[in-house]
Amino acid sequence: MTGVTDVRAAATASAVAAASVDAYARIVAALIRVTGDWTLAEDCAQEALTLALQRWPLEGVPRNPGGWLMTVARNRAVDVLRRASVERRKLAELAVLALNDQGPAPAREEVVDDRLRLIFTCCHPALALEARVALTLRTIGGVPTADIARAFLVSESTMTRRLTRAKTRIAEAGIPYGVPTGSALTERLPGVLAVLYLLFTHGYNADGRPAFAEEAIRLARLLRRLMPDQGEVSALLALFLFQHSRRETRRDGQGNLLTLDRQDRRRWDHAAIAEGLRVLDGAPEAGPYALQARIAACHATAASADSTDWPAIATWYDRLAELQPSPVIELNRAVAHGYAHGPAVGLALLAQARAGGALDGYPLAVAAEADLLARQGQRERAAALFRQAAAVAHSEPERRALLDRADEAASHSSG
Amino acid sequence: MKYMMFVCTDTEPDTDKAAEPDIEVWVSDNDARGRRLEGSALAPTSAATTVRVRDGRLLVSDGPFTETKEVIVGYDLLECADLDEAIEVARAHPMARAGRLELRPLADLND
Repeated sequence: MTGVTDVRAAATASAVAAASVDAYARIVAALIRVTGDWTLAEDCAQEALTLALQRWPLEGVPRNPGGWLMTVARNRAVDVLRRASVERRKLAELAVLALNDQGPAPAREEVVDDRLRLIFTCCHPALALEARVALTLRTIGGVPTADIARAFLVSESTMTRRLTRAKTRIAEAGIPYGVPTGSALTERLPGVLAVLYLLFTHGYNADGRPAFAEEAIRLARLLRRLMPDQGEVSALLALFLFQHSRRETRRDGQGNLLTLDRQDRRRWDHAAIAEGLRVLDGAPEAGPYALQARIAACHATAASADSTDWPAIATWYDRLAELQPSPVIELNRAVAHGYAHGPAVGLALLAQARAGGALDGYPLAVAAEADLLARQGQRERAAALFRQAAAVAHSEPERRALLDRADEAASHSSG
Repeated sequence: MKYMMFVCTDTEPDTDKAAEPDIEVWVSDNDARGRRLEGSALAPTSAATTVRVRDGRLLVSDGPFTETKEVIVGYDLLECADLDEAIEVARAHPMARAGRLELRPLADLND
């Protein structure tokens, strides 16, 4: 008996999870639009999901799970507003009642707009960057506050306060709940994409995996559906997919970091790579994410490290450095040219990149020089530099990987 | 929403002096659209007087109450739909380049 119940509970839990992925942001976005109350919207969406977990095992999963959740959340919001019984809440109550019983259908224009509005509000430049990331995860991603707190290395109560402050600021500063139009959209979209990118790379779980990479991919897919004409949105999604395709191969059995040339390419997620290529196909080449995605595509489609199209990568980096000059891009550009046109060219560009001093103490810059020297045959110096890079490494796995490289270079030099 | 826009100097003004907007055009444009309710430049801080009362005693001193490199040199009271509209108004002000602007909503005491 318990076995059957367990199976049914598990099936229901996965049905709730599947429905919530799609429904949460819709419900929150719609309730914020009509009530202006972020906390109310989140609480009601959360309560609908909780109720689903209780009732669906007994009553079965409804035919339209999203509509069911929307109705429950809407009724809950009306209850709360009625009890508040403040005159100005009456208007909000009427507006909530007007929300469609059937729940929003994906194709309806204004519903799509609601979620887009929510994204642009959460990513408004008048909010602190960290608040934007946290708010996006909580409100659009529906990620529990405790999980966000863990990734930001703060307590749950601190994260709750931070989220509350951000929501208060939205109301007090008059941050609009809307999508900018015209030239303002062009100005604001990069900020939204930067938040998604930060979300993709920010925070790691105990197993060393990125905490929110899948959330970031899901949000990028959503944004691409909502803004199909924005090439940079497609490019960002493609970039995520290429990077994420390597998630199983970044570490060896001992947890040591593996660079691209040491990863087992058969274990890359080739479905993700194929999707990335499809998404990238047709996106314009001009933007910074488009260039990064094309570089990532070169790596993703190379059958082996030796067959990587380094000249193409070097050219993309030239354009990226022109478009978005930064020391780290100059560093990667030097590495790419080193593989494409020989270590001497790479070393010359690396010296240029380090001239400003911005890369001082940056372990990857030292490691890049070590790698280029090793390929020139200067193995003793390479080993010494790998050890120097290891001494300033940001993490233990990175330190171990650099020490391994040092040993390798040293053993080649003696043997 | 009403925003008090403080017009301030900045130690690092924009180096691009080209096409700095004209303040007269900014004022008449925003007045005409009902987005600027009032505003004025302020006399220099050398004309400022600070007033306090402590234990029933009046304390008057010359100068502003904070000595900073960046000073408020003017203000405008704006009426805008939301922060984005206020930012649009602020960015077109010449002091957005030559200095900086602070947008502060008037407190909603009914909340």
